[in-house]
Amino acid sequence: MASLKDVQNQIVSIKKTKQITKAMNMVASAKLRGAQDRIERFRPYADKFYEMLGDLAAGADSSVHPLLEVHEEIKTVGIVLTTSDRGLCGSFNANMINAALKKAAEKKAEGKTVKFYCVGKKGAAAVAKTEYEIVEAYKDDMTHFDFNLAASIGNKVIDAYLAEELDEVFLVFGEFVNVASQPPNTLQILPMSSEAAGEEAESGASSEYIYEPSVEGLLAELLPRFVKVQVYRGLLDTSCSEHAARMAAMDNASRACDDMTETLTLLYNKTRQAAITADLMDIVGGAEALKG
Amino acid sequence: MASKLLLEIVTPDRKVLSQEVDYVGAPGIEGEFGIMANHIPFLSALGVGNLYFKEGNRTHYIFVSGGFAEVGNNKVTILAEVAEKAVEIDIARAQKAQEKAKARLAKAQDRIESARAQAALQRALARLTCKDAAQKAGTTTH
Repeated sequence: MASLKDVQNQIVSIKKTKQITKAMNMVASAKLRGAQDRIERFRPYADKFYEMLGDLAAGADSSVHPLLEVHEEIKTVGIVLTTSDRGLCGSFNANMINAALKKAAEKKAEGKTVKFYCVGKKGAAAVAKTEYEIVEAYKDDMTHFDFNLAASIGNKVIDAYLAEELDEVFLVFGEFVNVASQPPNTLQILPMSSEAAGEEAESGASSEYIYEPSVEGLLAELLPRFVKVQVYRGLLDTSCSEHAARMAAMDNASRACDDMTETLTLLYNKTRQAAITADLMDIVGGAEALKG
Repeated sequence: MASKLLLEIVTPDRKVLSQEVDYVGAPGIEGEFGIMANHIPFLSALGVGNLYFKEGNRTHYIFVSGGFAEVGNNKVTILAEVAEKAVEIDIARAQKAQEKAKARLAKAQDRIESARAQAALQRALARLTCKDAAQKAGTTTH
């Protein structure tokens, strides 16, 4: 049986752990708010962007652009995996990585080569242990990224796609549904389906615009940017989800700490009582012996 | 007839500006264009450069890069990857960027590298002219 001192030490250490998990929970919730703000700020841009693209797609006969074109033979598949840089966020990163690896295994079974673009340390570390090639790993960027990160990832995959080094590109990100649910989501970003581009085409009762340069010229400018917008949205979602997942994980940890302290305190009291009883028995026994 | 138009500038990170103005001049990809109230619907890609707008007798300057302009219904919407008001431009940083870009341009090996350096140089120059123009117009405090 554990000694009194042992139990006491254990209680103290668990209480300290709880302080940490509680602090992390609060930090995560503050960061989550920040990340949600960013999504909110991004929304006007994204909405306007889709609207513009919709107007254009409606005006143009699904004009052929290299990014819309499906390559004849699909040999190489690129996967952009977004994860967090830090752990302690429950199964969030594991979920992202599993989703990406599942997609990769699927593609590999079809005889295609899979290449990874990893954002976030966790994903890069996990993929490095597999047989797949990592073309580019962005580490320590998830904590403070801006549109430039999305733009540079976008440019990388677009260049590779145009050079026919990649024939399909998928984005794996943690979709932020709400604080309790952040399922991994896989989105095909290249080749772009013209439906995705013209998604809002019907709703946009497009007025007669003057286009400068031409519709095709504008599409050529807009489409690459659309890839970046999608990547940026994925990054924002992942970062939001990361913080939400960490919040939940830390909340659970704090609660587990409470449970453990309770059990241990009970044990402590029992042990203490037992010790006192034993002491009393000794004293009484001694007194009886003296009388005798 | 309305004589003012609403100018809105949004970037992925924030809404830079939303206000009523009299005139907007923007660096279109095929040359600068001006927009006044009651312009017909118009959609254009923007190059790297300075956008300016007049409000009363004051002219304000904004640096934009990688964007689009949509005009319609007395509203101008600018979607830009980067947009900085003159007051937000960091001169020292722009100057440093300019020197760096020049150095890179001088020793650029291939076409891509030199194109990148050139683009960087163009951005730095545009930032500097933007600040300059705003200082001349006396609107750096806005």
